[in-house]
Amino acid sequence: MGLLNFLSKSDRPKLVHLPSGSFTIDREGKIMTSTLPQSFSAARMQEIGQPVIASFQAAKVAQMPLAEVIIHFAALKILARELRGGAIIFLMPQCLNQPLRRPKH
Amino acid sequence: MVTQPKILLLDDDQDFLDLYREMLSQHLSCLPDVRVASTGARALALLESEQFHLLIVDLNMPKMDGLQVLSIARRKYPELRLVILTGIREEQFRTRAYAMGVDQYWIKPESDQEMGLFMESIESLLSREAKGGFRGVQSKSLVDIVQLECLSQSSTVLKITNGAAEGKIWIQNGEVIHAEGPGMTAEPAFQRILTWKTGSFENLPADLAQTRTIFTSYQGLLLNTAQALDEAASQLAEAPSEGSAAAEAASSAPQLAELSQLNGVEFVLALGTDENSPQDSWGLENPKPVAEWMRQTLEDFNSLGEALQVGQLQQVVGTGPQRKVALAPMGKSELCVGFSPSIAAEELRETMKNISSKWVF
Repeated sequence: MGLLNFLSKSDRPKLVHLPSGSFTIDREGKIMTSTLPQSFSAARMQEIGQPVIASFQAAKVAQMPLAEVIIHFAALKILARELRGGAIIFLMPQCLNQPLRRPKH
Repeated sequence: MVTQPKILLLDDDQDFLDLYREMLSQHLSCLPDVRVASTGARALALLESEQFHLLIVDLNMPKMDGLQVLSIARRKYPELRLVILTGIREEQFRTRAYAMGVDQYWIKPESDQEMGLFMESIESLLSREAKGGFRGVQSKSLVDIVQLECLSQSSTVLKITNGAAEGKIWIQNGEVIHAEGPGMTAEPAFQRILTWKTGSFENLPADLAQTRTIFTSYQGLLLNTAQALDEAASQLAEAPSEGSAAAEAASSAPQLAELSQLNGVEFVLALGTDENSPQDSWGLENPKPVAEWMRQTLEDFNSLGEALQVGQLQQVVGTGPQRKVALAPMGKSELCVGFSPSIAAEELRETMKNISSKWVF
């Protein structure tokens, strides 16, 4: 047991891979469901989910309730929909070679 | 470059470091001084103590990975050229690296031909550094552009746009002969146009039929304009502290009003990135709570972007039952624009792009 771990280089880096997928988080910041791989930890999901929930709550306080927030980073798009105080959050890593617009049919 | 270029090579594989140090120092014509580091911490310490022109980094490294090193290096040393040399072929890491501002992303060469291309690209990066020069016309002010046209004895019409405002300056044989600005002509128009800090310009063909309305030499015109700008600036500086904030807000007020002309825009709120800087708004009855939400949201998502290493936060778009709202950092300001709920997502993004290109920082 653990033989393979022993043989592998233990201090190999773990570059954080950003997967595509979604997760739901409740109003207390607890992860409820996830379609993301296990390698993407719950702590990471909470790191993403908490500012999203805080933003929804603060928008409500500012008399500007929001049902959806899309956060555009250069290499990642996060889409969050409000769910009774919590949120469902979609992660969409952006790639350089993907088409900018959906082709018209 | 007068001095010998310095390259810092970072990889956790000592054999790789030895090989590439030899290759880079002996096969590049500029004979660079190549230093090596086997950990991110060591590389950052070297960057702290010496000035380098180029940092070549592997992504897969123990403890501190390449993206973490790049993120720190890009923030602390904006002049430093950054190249990734890695075995990772995944498109996502390439995208994230470019989003963080690296100059080149290379897969470790596996053939002589690839090695040749890599060496050429490094040579080219270092020579670009040596030649210097401008990366665009954004750093040129209108004064510079008018001076260039006049010194080269050109005949042209400069069409300048600043947001919704538009102006034209007629230059004939190196002399400014006429100007038209928003609601004014001749010298006042010229002075008004030269107060614009950003925008775009284009050279139209010379209009020889234009009647001359300006008879002052271009040097005189530029001096008069500089004097008027100085006087306006000193008046602002002399105003009481409460007034200076108001003056600053007033200076951006016309800009906000211009933005309100754009399709679907219901309100605009601008904040400085500094917490104590004044806020300015158009179309909002009570901007304070919106400003608080905006500042907190941008701060949180900026931190999230840094933690996830996904590059700069570009925009946040919220959709609610009453309206859509977009937040974006714009240089030294942060902007919040409210849209009608019926505006299409594509149109909203286009409008925000339009605003970002016209925003005076």
